[in-house]
This record gives sequence, structure tokens and C-alpha cells, in this order.
Amino acid sequence: MFSFLIRRVLQAGLVLLIVGFVAFSMFNFVGDPIDNMLGTERTQADIDRLRAQLGLDQTFVVQYWKFLANAVDGNLGVSYRQGRPVAEIIAERAPATLELATVSALFAVGVGVLLGIYTAIRRDGLVSHIIMSVSLIGVSLPTFLIGILLIYLFSVELDWLPSFGRGEVTDLGGWTTGFLTSSGLKALILPGITLGLFQMTLIMRLVRSEMLEVLRQDYIRFARARGLSEKAINFRHALKNTLVPVITVTGLQLGSIIAFAIITESVFQWPGVGLLFINAVQFVDIPVMAAYLMLISVMFVTINLIVDILYVAIDPRLRS
Amino acid sequence: MRYSSDPETTLSLGHRLKRAWNSDLCWRFRHSPVAMISFAVTLLLVLSAIFAPLVAPFNPFDPGSLNLMNGFTPPSTPNAFTGEQFLLGTDDQGRDILSTILYGMRISLFVGFAAVTLGMLIGVTLGLIAGYFGGIIDAIIMRIADIQLTFPSILVALLIFGVAKGFTPVEYRDEVALWVLIIAIGLSDWVQFARVVRGATLVEKNKEYVQAARLIGRSSSSIIFGHILRNVMSPVLVIATISLALAIIAEATLSFLGVGVPPTQPSLGTLIRIGQGFLFSGEWWILLFPAVTLLSLALAVNLMGDWLRDALNPKLK
Repeated sequence: MFSFLIRRVLQAGLVLLIVGFVAFSMFNFVGDPIDNMLGTERTQADIDRLRAQLGLDQTFVVQYWKFLANAVDGNLGVSYRQGRPVAEIIAERAPATLELATVSALFAVGVGVLLGIYTAIRRDGLVSHIIMSVSLIGVSLPTFLIGILLIYLFSVELDWLPSFGRGEVTDLGGWTTGFLTSSGLKALILPGITLGLFQMTLIMRLVRSEMLEVLRQDYIRFARARGLSEKAINFRHALKNTLVPVITVTGLQLGSIIAFAIITESVFQWPGVGLLFINAVQFVDIPVMAAYLMLISVMFVTINLIVDILYVAIDPRLRS
Repeated sequence: MRYSSDPETTLSLGHRLKRAWNSDLCWRFRHSPVAMISFAVTLLLVLSAIFAPLVAPFNPFDPGSLNLMNGFTPPSTPNAFTGEQFLLGTDDQGRDILSTILYGMRISLFVGFAAVTLGMLIGVTLGLIAGYFGGIIDAIIMRIADIQLTFPSILVALLIFGVAKGFTPVEYRDEVALWVLIIAIGLSDWVQFARVVRGATLVEKNKEYVQAARLIGRSSSSIIFGHILRNVMSPVLVIATISLALAIIAEATLSFLGVGVPPTQPSLGTLIRIGQGFLFSGEWWILLFPAVTLLSLALAVNLMGDWLRDALNPKLK
């Protein structure tokens, strides 16, 4: 167990070093930072001075090390486009993305598990068949089309919900939240569903197949023979045993929710980190791209690591 | 049937066609309505895209044929000013939607096919090398694959696209955007190919025909590409089909996000992006028809891939 832990942590560290290297190379080889920072009227002395100031005259390894140390310190460079520190911009945008991701994860897990249980218990019911067919179409629909479809239905035709933005937000000492106002909550519904729909169908299908598998086991038959109510069997005995894979898959999907937020944020003009990244790609704002890359890889690697460790912790068979 | 003793060369064309018709794959195809319908839809869409200049009623990129007065004509209703009629209506600049879809599908399909070909070439080659040689080469290639697999492919494509854009001088960006897009999508999906080919190669390389080839002194490269490659092709075909659907969606997504093909070459994703802007003012047809086309294309290719997977490998069912 211990050696496994060490090996996994080392692997995660290696991945982060490589990603850091990619981000660092982006800084250094995509365009000349000196070109980006100095105007056309510059002397060789200016260039040399800035070069020394930025540490670009040092060796490659030293520069890489400094870059990593800076990143760990939260110094991620200055955006070419906005002229402000990247860390500041990201800190300002992060609450929007995190709130959106939380809402869609809750939606995906809550609705996914419920529908999964329902379709497993009533596996031959008409409603179950309809849910399964609709979910198949839902999986094939690209995220941005789902968003547009929802906007058309609920914003254009029915005029119930806003089609873009976060609504009214409250500032809680650097953290802006939409959870406290009704317009903020309303604005979360459509993007939340758009982002969570794919994960929801995934969790639903997983819960359903796991439930069907568990319901076939002997101990369920035995529980029924003991005269337990259907409710007790389904929820106390069957559901509990289906949750292990659901937890791991949900954990792994958290990363993709954040990544796919790029598309949802673009459809709903949601002022989060994803929209920031898309704009950075459009305008080749390298520091923002590099910072986003590093931020998201730290998140992915951490999530993967936790899920892997959880897996071993939960399932004793994997420990040998 | 497949292992008949007559040498291949003596068979006439008719004979061969008959044999192909009776083959296992073909029999399954003829008995699966889903496969036949999805194949027909794909074929129809691909052909109408290839022959777009002949099929399309107008050339949407010829400014001479455009009349701004025709703008926002609803589908199949005469325009209020000019009295002209368009099957699927027109957009803001008076371009016929049907024609823009046909031309847009060309770009979507071209990017899709080219990206999958690139991903397949890289993935299959690396998979063969990793599986055949093993050891440190295998470890390095598969570690890279693992790392890339941690990130969603759309994110990888976006990053590659952004970096490549940074490398190209501003004045060439629009010209090379299409190729950059192909490279970005292609590089983002080689992993699946490499993993499957590596697994199949590990099985194949211990078989007797490989040992025999090695024994008579054939070079590694001729064993890999001459013998093993053709025996690992069927899973590659399945992944290529499913990847095509994913690549078409990826292209549409990137173009929708405004980072894909340049506005001068609108693909289906670009058309959907344009159409979204008119949704609020009630011109639904500018959005709906490109979206439906994209969906049918992706769904048909996807269903075909699913069917192919089941047909080529019944064990997976």
C-alpha cells in the first residue's frame, strides 16, 4: 500500500513537471516575450536590460526552475492582452466556473443516480424505455447544441430563464457568488444542465447497469426471502453496493466538467475561466493559456491521484 | 469459404464480388437495418458534399450571385422584395442555406477525414513500434499516451491550436488555420489507435508467422508493416469510424467557439455559430438546418462505427 502510494505520487509529480515544461516552452518559444513587451522603438540596451531583468540571459535549466518556483508562488506572468497579472484575472474568474461546475456536478449525480435506480427497478417499464432512448440521443448531441436548444426553449420561446451571464452576483470578500440572489440562481439553471447533461447520462447508465448486476446477487434473493420490503432491499442493500464505482467515475468526471465548461461558458457568455481561456486562444495570449494549462493539470492530476488512492482504499482486493 | 484453396489470381471479378457478398461482414450488414440506414445516410451526405458544386443551387462564395435583398428569406416562401424562393431559406446576406450547408459539409468532412487519417498514421505507427519492440520505447510511448489521455481531447486540440497559432505569423494565420485545425484534432486522438494496435501487436508478434518471418531474416520494419499491420487492421477500422464522428463534432465545436476554420471557409460549426446570433430575432432556419445536418452526419457515422465494432468482434457484445 505504502509503496503504491509513493509510486503514484511520484508519477503525478512527473506529469506535473512535464506539463510545467510544456507551459514553459510555450512562454519561451512561441513568439519572443521581448517583442511582446517592448515597442518598436527600442535600443539594444533596452533589450539587454529587459532580458537580464526577466532572467532570459540565464541557462535553460535555471529559467525552467525559476518558472516553476514562480508558478508555485502564484506568480503566473502578465497577460499580453489585459496587461494585468494572470493570477489576479484567474482569481477573479474562478468563482463563476467553480459555482457552475458545482451545480452541474450536483445535477449530474442527483438526477443521474435517481434515474439510474428508477430505470433499473422498472427495467421493462415504458418510462424507463423512454428515458433510455432519450439519453442515447443526449449522448450524441454536442454540448454546444444542447445549450442552444435549451436557450431556444426556455429563453426565447418560454422566456423563463436568462440566456447569458451570471445575473446579479454578491461580492463576499473577493468571491463573487450567484447563489444568494434569485436572478443569480436562475442564471445557473440552463448552463448547469447543459454542462451536467452528458455526465448525468453517464452516471445514470452506470448506476442502472450496476443495480441490475447487484439485484441478481444471492444476498438480494435472500433478503427478499427474509420478507424485507422492496424499499429496504433496493435502497439499503442494493444501492449501497452500487455506489463504489459511481463515486470513482464521478470523481474522474469532475475534471472533465471543468474542462467542458469552456464550451458551456462560451454558449452562455458565462464570465468564468473557460471563457477566459477561449479568448486567450483567439488572441494568442500565451501567459493566460500557460496558466490555464498548469492550473487544470494540477486539478486533473490531483483528482486522478485521489480517485486511484480511494480505489485501493475501498477495494481490499487491489491491495496485494 | 474465405480459406478456399483456389489461388486468388484465378478468380474472376464477378466471382470475387460474389464471394464478398456472401462474406460474414456483408451478411451481417444485409441483416441490420440500422447499419444499412446509417450507411445510406452517410453515403448520401458525403456524396452531396463532394459534388456540392454540381448539386448546390447556388455558389455561396461567389459574391456575384448574392443579392442582399434576398436576406432572411424564410424556407420555401417567396421573398417579399424579389419574389425568389429558397428551399431552406437564406441567411442575413441572402446566401441560400442549402448551398452553404453543402459547401460547409465539405470543409467539415475534409477536416474530419484528414484529422482521423493523421491520428491513425501516428497512432498505428507508434502502437506497432511500442508493441513490437517493447522495453523502454514501449514505456515512453505509452506513458505519453497515458498523460494525454488524462486530458479531454477537446482541451488538447484547443491548446495545440493556440500554440500553433502563436507560431504562425499574423498574415498567414487564416491561410493555415484549416491545416492547424487538422493537426490539432489529429494529434488529440492518436492515443486510442496506439493503445489498441499495441495490444493487438503484443498478441500477433508471438505467432508462428512472425517467428517464421524473423527466421528467414526479414527486417523488423518489413515484418511490422508487411505482416503484423494487416492483421491488426480490423480494430483500427472500427476506431477510425468512431473517431471520424468525434472529429467532425470536435471540428464543429472548435469552429463554434470561433477558434477553428477562418470565416472565409465556413464549416457546419461556423454556420451554427452564425445561426445562433439570429435565434433571438426569430430566424430559426439559419441555425436549425446546419445543426440537423451536423447531427445526422455525426449520428450516422457513430451508429455505423458501433455496428462495425459488433460485426467485426462479436465477443464484445
